[in-house]
Amino acid sequence: MTVHHHLDDASIMRYASGDFDEAFAIIVASHIAMCDECRAAVRAAEAMGGAVMEAADSSPLAADAFDRLSRMLDMEPEKPLLTPEPTAGNVPLPLSRLIGRDLDQVPWRTIVPGMQRHRIDIASSTSSLYMLKIAPGRKMPEHGHGGTEMTLILEGSYSDVFGQFAAGDIADLDEHVEHQPVVDSDIDCICLVATERPTRFKGMVSRILQPLIGI
Amino acid sequence: MLSVLRTDMPIENPDPTADQDYLKALMMEVAASRDKASFEILFDRFGPRVKGMMEKSGASSDLAEDLVQDVMLTVWRKAALYRPDKGAVSTWIYTVARNARIDRLRRLPAQPYIDVETVMVASEDDSPEAEAIGSQQGDLVRNALDKLPSEQRQVVKMAFAEYKPHSEIARDLDLPIGTVKSRLRLAYRKLREELEDLA
Repeated sequence: MTVHHHLDDASIMRYASGDFDEAFAIIVASHIAMCDECRAAVRAAEAMGGAVMEAADSSPLAADAFDRLSRMLDMEPEKPLLTPEPTAGNVPLPLSRLIGRDLDQVPWRTIVPGMQRHRIDIASSTSSLYMLKIAPGRKMPEHGHGGTEMTLILEGSYSDVFGQFAAGDIADLDEHVEHQPVVDSDIDCICLVATERPTRFKGMVSRILQPLIGI
Repeated sequence: MLSVLRTDMPIENPDPTADQDYLKALMMEVAASRDKASFEILFDRFGPRVKGMMEKSGASSDLAEDLVQDVMLTVWRKAALYRPDKGAVSTWIYTVARNARIDRLRRLPAQPYIDVETVMVASEDDSPEAEAIGSQQGDLVRNALDKLPSEQRQVVKMAFAEYKPHSEIARDLDLPIGTVKSRLRLAYRKLREELEDLA
Protein backbone atom coordinates (compact mmCIF):
# COMPACT_ATOMS: atom_id res chain seq x y z
CA MET A 1 0.00 0.00 0.00
CA THR A 2 1.38 3.40 -0.95
CA VAL A 3 0.78 5.79 1.87
CA HIS A 4 1.28 9.54 1.39
CA HIS A 5 0.23 10.97 4.74
CA HIS A 6 1.99 9.67 7.81
CA LEU A 7 2.08 10.08 11.56
CA ASP A 8 3.84 13.09 13.01
CA ASP A 9 7.24 12.16 14.53
CA ALA A 10 6.01 13.24 17.96
CA SER A 11 3.14 10.74 17.60
CA ILE A 12 5.62 7.98 16.65
CA MET A 13 7.54 8.72 19.86
CA ARG A 14 4.32 8.83 21.85
CA TYR A 15 3.19 5.48 20.50
CA ALA A 16 6.59 3.87 21.13
CA SER A 17 6.61 5.03 24.74
CA GLY A 18 3.07 3.79 25.35
CA ASP A 19 1.55 7.18 26.08
CA PHE A 20 -1.65 7.07 23.97
CA ASP A 21 -5.03 6.31 25.45
CA GLU A 22 -7.13 3.51 24.02
CA ALA A 23 -8.81 5.40 21.16
CA PHE A 24 -5.52 6.79 19.86
CA ALA A 25 -3.58 3.57 20.44
CA ILE A 26 -6.11 1.79 18.21
CA ILE A 27 -6.08 4.31 15.37
CA VAL A 28 -2.28 4.74 15.45
CA ALA A 29 -1.75 0.96 15.56
CA SER A 30 -4.20 0.58 12.65
CA HIS A 31 -2.23 3.04 10.53
CA ILE A 32 1.10 1.44 11.46
CA ALA A 33 -0.31 -1.95 10.46
CA MET A 34 -1.05 -0.48 7.00
CA CYS A 35 2.12 1.60 6.53
CA ASP A 36 5.62 0.15 5.96
CA GLU A 37 7.26 3.51 6.54
CA CYS A 38 5.64 4.10 9.93
CA ARG A 39 6.46 0.53 10.99
CA ALA A 40 10.14 1.28 10.34
CA ALA A 41 9.73 4.58 12.19
CA VAL A 42 8.23 2.88 15.23
CA ARG A 43 11.03 0.33 15.23
CA ALA A 44 13.61 3.15 15.32
CA ALA A 45 11.79 4.86 18.19
CA GLU A 46 11.57 1.56 20.07
CA ALA A 47 15.31 1.10 19.57
CA MET A 48 15.64 4.39 21.38
CA GLY A 49 13.53 2.93 24.20
CA GLY A 50 15.81 -0.10 24.30
CA ALA A 51 18.93 2.05 24.48
CA VAL A 52 17.41 4.16 27.24
CA MET A 53 16.52 0.99 29.13
CA GLU A 54 20.08 -0.32 28.87
CA ALA A 55 21.27 2.89 30.50
CA ALA A 56 18.42 3.04 33.04
CA ASP A 57 19.01 2.96 36.78
CA SER A 58 18.61 -0.50 38.26
CA SER A 59 16.45 -1.25 41.23
CA PRO A 60 17.54 -4.39 43.11
CA LEU A 61 15.17 -7.32 42.84
CA ALA A 62 13.95 -9.43 45.76
CA ALA A 63 16.49 -12.16 46.58
CA ASP A 64 14.09 -14.93 45.49
CA ALA A 65 12.88 -13.17 42.32
CA PHE A 66 14.44 -15.58 39.85
CA ASP A 67 13.49 -18.67 41.89
CA ARG A 68 9.90 -17.45 41.96
CA LEU A 69 9.85 -17.09 38.19
CA SER A 70 11.75 -20.32 37.71
CA ARG A 71 9.05 -22.26 39.58
CA MET A 72 6.44 -20.74 37.26
CA LEU A 73 8.44 -21.77 34.21
CA ASP A 74 8.58 -25.34 35.51
CA MET A 75 4.80 -25.39 35.69
CA GLU A 76 4.37 -23.86 32.25
CA PRO A 77 3.00 -26.24 29.67
CA GLU A 78 4.94 -25.81 26.45
CA LYS A 79 2.32 -24.43 24.12
CA PRO A 80 3.08 -23.67 20.52
CA LEU A 81 3.08 -19.92 19.89
CA LEU A 82 0.04 -18.86 17.98
CA THR A 83 0.55 -15.95 15.67
CA PRO A 84 -2.65 -14.68 14.09
CA GLU A 85 -2.73 -13.91 10.41
CA PRO A 86 -2.35 -10.19 9.78
CA THR A 87 -5.69 -9.20 8.33
CA ALA A 88 -6.02 -9.15 4.58
CA GLY A 89 -8.13 -6.53 2.85
CA ASN A 90 -8.67 -3.01 4.04
CA VAL A 91 -9.44 -3.54 7.71
CA PRO A 92 -6.16 -3.63 9.66
CA LEU A 93 -5.76 -6.19 12.46
CA PRO A 94 -6.04 -3.76 15.42
CA LEU A 95 -9.39 -2.55 14.03
CA SER A 96 -10.77 -5.88 12.84
CA ARG A 97 -10.86 -7.05 16.44
CA LEU A 98 -13.44 -4.35 17.09
CA ILE A 99 -15.53 -4.28 13.91
CA GLY A 100 -14.79 -7.52 12.06
CA ARG A 101 -13.16 -7.78 8.67
CA ASP A 102 -15.96 -6.53 6.48
CA LEU A 103 -16.76 -2.82 6.20
CA ASP A 104 -20.21 -3.71 4.81
CA GLN A 105 -21.07 -5.47 8.06
CA VAL A 106 -20.50 -2.37 10.20
CA PRO A 107 -23.81 -1.35 11.83
CA TRP A 108 -23.92 2.12 10.28
CA ARG A 109 -26.40 4.71 11.54
CA THR A 110 -27.44 7.57 9.30
CA ILE A 111 -26.75 10.95 10.90
CA VAL A 112 -27.71 13.21 8.04
CA PRO A 113 -28.30 12.19 4.44
CA GLY A 114 -24.99 11.08 2.93
CA MET A 115 -23.28 10.68 6.29
CA GLN A 116 -23.29 7.57 8.43
CA ARG A 117 -21.53 6.88 11.68
CA HIS A 118 -20.64 3.96 13.88
CA ARG A 119 -19.38 4.59 17.39
CA ILE A 120 -16.82 2.13 18.73
CA ASP A 121 -17.27 1.44 22.42
CA ILE A 122 -14.11 1.83 24.40
CA ALA A 123 -13.50 2.45 28.08
CA SER A 124 -11.64 5.73 27.51
CA SER A 125 -13.26 8.81 28.99
CA THR A 126 -11.03 11.43 27.42
CA SER A 127 -11.23 10.45 23.75
CA SER A 128 -13.77 8.96 21.43
CA LEU A 129 -13.38 6.57 18.52
CA TYR A 130 -15.86 6.25 15.69
CA MET A 131 -16.15 5.46 12.02
CA LEU A 132 -17.65 7.68 9.34
CA LYS A 133 -19.03 6.73 5.95
CA ILE A 134 -19.51 9.76 3.76
CA ALA A 135 -21.02 9.85 0.28
CA PRO A 136 -19.13 11.14 -2.79
CA GLY A 137 -19.13 14.92 -3.09
CA ARG A 138 -20.19 15.48 0.53
CA LYS A 139 -18.45 18.10 2.61
CA MET A 140 -17.70 17.66 6.25
CA PRO A 141 -18.61 20.76 8.24
CA GLU A 142 -15.58 23.04 8.55
CA HIS A 143 -14.17 22.51 12.00
CA GLY A 144 -11.31 23.29 14.32
CA HIS A 145 -10.17 20.98 17.05
CA GLY A 146 -10.38 21.17 20.80
CA GLY A 147 -7.51 18.70 20.91
CA THR A 148 -5.67 16.20 18.77
CA GLU A 149 -7.72 14.56 16.05
CA MET A 150 -6.64 11.68 13.85
CA THR A 151 -8.45 10.35 10.79
CA LEU A 152 -7.41 7.11 9.09
CA ILE A 153 -8.84 6.46 5.64
CA LEU A 154 -9.92 2.86 5.03
CA GLU A 155 -11.70 3.22 1.69
CA GLY A 156 -12.37 6.01 -0.83
CA SER A 157 -10.71 9.39 -0.43
CA TYR A 158 -11.19 12.99 0.59
CA SER A 159 -9.36 16.25 0.00
CA ASP A 160 -8.78 19.28 2.17
CA VAL A 161 -6.13 22.00 2.48
CA PHE A 162 -3.52 19.32 3.32
CA GLY A 163 -4.06 17.40 0.07
CA GLN A 164 -5.77 14.17 -0.86
CA PHE A 165 -6.18 11.39 1.68
CA ALA A 166 -6.76 7.85 0.40
CA ALA A 167 -6.76 4.35 1.94
CA GLY A 168 -3.93 3.97 4.46
CA ASP A 169 -3.35 7.72 4.85
CA ILE A 170 -3.67 9.28 8.28
CA ALA A 171 -4.39 12.91 9.08
CA ASP A 172 -2.58 13.58 12.37
CA LEU A 173 -3.84 17.03 13.31
CA ASP A 174 -3.29 19.10 16.39
CA GLU A 175 -5.61 21.55 18.02
CA HIS A 176 -4.65 24.57 15.97
CA VAL A 177 -5.84 23.18 12.68
CA GLU A 178 -9.06 24.02 10.86
CA HIS A 179 -10.14 22.08 7.81
CA GLN A 180 -13.10 21.08 5.70
CA PRO A 181 -12.67 17.70 4.01
CA VAL A 182 -14.62 16.97 0.83
CA VAL A 183 -15.10 13.39 -0.37
CA ASP A 184 -13.60 13.21 -3.87
CA SER A 185 -13.79 9.48 -4.61
CA ASP A 186 -16.66 7.97 -6.61
CA ILE A 187 -17.29 5.52 -3.77
CA ASP A 188 -18.15 6.34 -0.16
CA CYS A 189 -15.22 7.47 1.94
CA ILE A 190 -14.91 5.29 5.03
CA CYS A 191 -12.65 6.44 7.80
CA LEU A 192 -11.77 5.81 11.42
CA VAL A 193 -11.61 8.90 13.61
CA ALA A 194 -10.19 9.47 17.08
CA THR A 195 -10.77 12.78 18.81
CA GLU A 196 -9.39 14.00 22.09
CA ARG A 197 -12.19 16.36 22.96
CA PRO A 198 -15.36 17.34 21.15
CA THR A 199 -14.56 18.91 17.81
CA ARG A 200 -15.61 22.57 17.58
CA PHE A 201 -17.56 23.38 14.48
CA LYS A 202 -17.60 26.88 13.10
CA GLY A 203 -20.77 28.69 12.25
CA MET A 204 -24.31 28.53 13.53
CA VAL A 205 -25.59 25.74 11.30
CA SER A 206 -22.62 23.54 12.15
CA ARG A 207 -23.03 24.24 15.85
CA ILE A 208 -26.63 23.13 15.66
CA LEU A 209 -25.53 20.09 13.68
CA GLN A 210 -22.83 19.11 16.14
CA PRO A 211 -25.03 17.45 18.78
CA LEU A 212 -26.68 15.50 15.98
CA ILE A 213 -23.45 14.33 14.45
CA GLY A 214 -21.93 13.94 17.86
CA ILE A 215 -18.35 14.36 16.77
CA MET B 1 25.26 -24.92 24.72
CA LEU B 2 27.17 -22.30 22.79
CA SER B 3 30.74 -21.65 23.80
CA VAL B 4 29.75 -18.03 24.29
CA LEU B 5 27.61 -19.08 27.25
CA ARG B 6 30.32 -20.32 29.58
CA THR B 7 29.49 -19.63 33.21
CA ASP B 8 32.59 -17.49 33.61
CA MET B 9 31.11 -14.95 31.21
CA PRO B 10 30.60 -11.60 32.86
CA ILE B 11 27.03 -10.38 32.99
CA GLU B 12 27.98 -7.49 30.75
CA ASN B 13 30.70 -7.61 28.16
CA PRO B 14 32.72 -4.38 28.16
CA ASP B 15 32.88 -4.38 24.36
CA PRO B 16 29.45 -3.07 23.30
CA THR B 17 29.32 -4.94 19.99
CA ALA B 18 30.36 -8.25 21.54
CA ASP B 19 27.90 -7.57 24.34
CA GLN B 20 24.97 -7.15 21.94
CA ASP B 21 25.93 -10.37 20.12
CA TYR B 22 26.17 -12.11 23.47
CA LEU B 23 22.63 -11.03 24.41
CA LYS B 24 21.32 -12.20 21.05
CA ALA B 25 23.02 -15.57 21.52
CA LEU B 26 21.38 -15.89 24.96
CA MET B 27 17.95 -15.12 23.50
CA MET B 28 18.47 -17.69 20.76
CA GLU B 29 19.37 -20.29 23.35
CA VAL B 30 16.21 -19.52 25.30
CA ALA B 31 14.13 -19.74 22.14
CA ALA B 32 15.72 -22.86 20.65
CA SER B 33 16.57 -24.98 23.71
CA ARG B 34 14.51 -23.39 26.49
CA ASP B 35 17.81 -22.91 28.29
CA LYS B 36 17.25 -21.65 31.82
CA ALA B 37 20.87 -20.73 32.49
CA SER B 38 20.83 -18.33 29.54
CA PHE B 39 17.47 -17.02 30.68
CA GLU B 40 18.80 -16.32 34.16
CA ILE B 41 21.59 -14.16 32.74
CA LEU B 42 18.99 -12.14 30.80
CA PHE B 43 16.86 -11.93 33.92
CA ASP B 44 19.76 -10.60 36.00
CA ARG B 45 20.65 -8.14 33.29
CA PHE B 46 17.23 -6.70 32.47
CA GLY B 47 15.04 -7.48 35.51
CA PRO B 48 16.51 -4.77 37.76
CA ARG B 49 16.35 -2.21 34.94
CA VAL B 50 12.72 -3.03 34.21
CA LYS B 51 11.99 -2.69 37.93
CA GLY B 52 13.76 0.66 38.08
CA MET B 53 11.75 2.00 35.14
CA MET B 54 8.45 0.77 36.58
CA GLU B 55 9.21 2.42 39.92
CA LYS B 56 10.11 5.68 38.23
CA SER B 57 6.80 5.58 36.40
CA GLY B 58 4.86 5.36 39.64
CA ALA B 59 4.66 1.65 40.52
CA SER B 60 5.21 0.60 44.13
CA SER B 61 8.16 -1.66 44.78
CA ASP B 62 5.85 -4.72 45.07
CA LEU B 63 3.99 -3.91 41.87
CA ALA B 64 7.27 -3.23 40.04
CA GLU B 65 8.53 -6.61 41.23
CA ASP B 66 5.35 -8.27 39.91
CA LEU B 67 5.73 -6.46 36.61
CA VAL B 68 9.29 -7.81 36.28
CA GLN B 69 7.82 -11.30 36.71
CA ASP B 70 5.17 -10.55 34.04
CA VAL B 71 7.73 -9.14 31.64
CA MET B 72 10.28 -11.91 32.00
CA LEU B 73 7.59 -14.61 31.80
CA THR B 74 6.48 -13.09 28.49
CA VAL B 75 10.11 -12.99 27.34
CA TRP B 76 10.33 -16.73 28.09
CA ARG B 77 7.03 -17.56 26.43
CA LYS B 78 7.53 -15.45 23.33
CA ALA B 79 11.28 -15.96 22.90
CA ALA B 80 10.69 -17.58 19.51
CA LEU B 81 9.12 -14.34 18.24
CA TYR B 82 12.31 -12.37 18.89
CA ARG B 83 14.02 -11.70 15.56
CA PRO B 84 17.74 -10.99 16.00
CA ASP B 85 17.91 -9.52 12.48
CA LYS B 86 15.27 -6.93 13.36
CA GLY B 87 16.69 -5.34 16.48
CA ALA B 88 18.62 -5.48 19.72
CA VAL B 89 17.48 -7.68 22.61
CA SER B 90 17.04 -4.58 24.76
CA THR B 91 14.65 -3.09 22.20
CA TRP B 92 12.50 -6.19 22.24
CA ILE B 93 12.44 -6.43 26.03
CA TYR B 94 11.66 -2.73 26.16
CA THR B 95 8.51 -3.32 24.06
CA VAL B 96 7.46 -6.28 26.23
CA ALA B 97 7.88 -4.09 29.34
CA ARG B 98 6.00 -1.19 27.75
CA ASN B 99 3.08 -3.49 26.89
CA ALA B 100 3.02 -4.99 30.40
CA ARG B 101 2.93 -1.50 31.87
CA ILE B 102 0.05 -0.42 29.61
CA ASP B 103 -1.84 -3.51 30.67
CA ARG B 104 -1.22 -3.47 34.42
CA LEU B 105 -0.43 0.10 35.37
CA ARG B 106 -2.56 2.03 32.94
CA ARG B 107 -5.32 -0.60 32.73
CA LEU B 108 -5.60 -0.21 28.99
CA PRO B 109 -5.58 -3.03 26.44
CA ALA B 110 -2.12 -3.65 24.99
CA GLN B 111 -3.72 -5.58 22.13
CA PRO B 112 -3.21 -2.85 19.49
CA TYR B 113 0.53 -3.00 20.21
CA ILE B 114 0.60 -6.78 20.05
CA ASP B 115 -1.27 -6.65 16.73
CA VAL B 116 1.32 -4.30 15.27
CA GLU B 117 4.08 -6.68 16.36
CA THR B 118 2.23 -9.50 14.60
CA VAL B 119 2.19 -7.43 11.42
CA MET B 120 5.89 -6.60 11.87
CA VAL B 121 6.87 -10.23 12.25
CA ALA B 122 4.80 -11.15 9.20
CA SER B 123 6.07 -8.38 6.92
CA GLU B 124 9.19 -9.21 4.98
CA ASP B 125 9.25 -5.93 3.10
CA ASP B 126 12.05 -4.39 5.10
CA SER B 127 13.56 -1.14 3.96
CA PRO B 128 17.38 -0.87 3.93
CA GLU B 129 17.00 1.44 6.90
CA ALA B 130 14.96 -1.09 8.88
CA GLU B 131 17.64 -3.66 8.14
CA ALA B 132 20.27 -1.25 9.36
CA ILE B 133 18.34 -0.81 12.59
CA GLY B 134 18.22 -4.56 12.98
CA SER B 135 21.80 -5.34 12.13
CA GLN B 136 23.40 -2.45 13.98
CA GLN B 137 24.49 -3.43 17.40
CA GLY B 138 22.41 -1.20 19.61
CA ASP B 139 25.44 0.76 20.67
CA LEU B 140 24.90 3.03 17.69
CA VAL B 141 21.55 4.09 19.09
CA ARG B 142 23.15 4.59 22.47
CA ASN B 143 25.89 6.73 20.92
CA ALA B 144 23.27 8.77 19.07
CA LEU B 145 21.50 9.37 22.37
CA ASP B 146 24.73 10.41 24.06
CA LYS B 147 25.36 12.95 21.32
CA LEU B 148 22.01 14.69 21.80
CA PRO B 149 21.93 18.11 23.46
CA SER B 150 21.11 17.57 27.12
CA GLU B 151 17.67 19.20 26.86
CA GLN B 152 16.65 16.67 24.19
CA ARG B 153 18.21 13.73 26.03
CA GLN B 154 16.31 14.74 29.13
CA VAL B 155 12.86 14.57 27.47
CA VAL B 156 13.75 11.28 25.74
CA LYS B 157 14.73 9.83 29.11
CA MET B 158 11.56 11.05 30.76
CA ALA B 159 9.38 9.69 27.94
CA PHE B 160 11.04 6.28 27.71
CA ALA B 161 12.74 5.47 31.00
CA GLU B 162 10.09 7.03 33.21
CA TYR B 163 7.14 6.51 30.84
CA LYS B 164 6.01 10.08 31.40
CA PRO B 165 3.17 11.36 29.24
CA HIS B 166 4.15 14.35 27.13
CA SER B 167 1.73 16.50 29.12
CA GLU B 168 3.44 15.54 32.39
CA ILE B 169 6.92 16.20 30.99
CA ALA B 170 5.70 19.67 30.02
CA ARG B 171 4.38 20.25 33.54
CA ASP B 172 7.50 18.90 35.28
CA LEU B 173 9.85 21.03 33.19
CA ASP B 174 7.53 24.02 33.12
CA LEU B 175 7.54 24.07 29.31
CA PRO B 176 4.77 24.43 26.75
CA ILE B 177 3.75 21.03 25.40
CA GLY B 178 4.75 22.19 21.91
CA THR B 179 8.35 22.57 23.11
CA VAL B 180 8.35 19.04 24.55
CA LYS B 181 7.01 17.70 21.26
CA SER B 182 9.57 19.56 19.19
CA ARG B 183 12.47 18.35 21.37
CA LEU B 184 11.25 14.78 20.94
CA ARG B 185 10.92 15.30 17.19
CA LEU B 186 14.45 16.69 16.96
CA ALA B 187 15.90 13.82 19.00
CA TYR B 188 14.07 11.30 16.87
CA ARG B 189 15.19 12.91 13.59
CA LYS B 190 18.79 12.90 14.71
CA LEU B 191 18.60 9.18 15.40
CA ARG B 192 17.00 8.59 12.00
CA GLU B 193 19.82 10.54 10.32
CA GLU B 194 22.41 8.36 12.01
CA LEU B 195 20.58 5.23 10.91
CA GLU B 196 20.16 6.48 7.36
CA ASP B 197 23.91 7.12 7.16
CA LEU B 198 24.34 3.48 8.02
CA ALA B 199 21.87 2.11 5.45
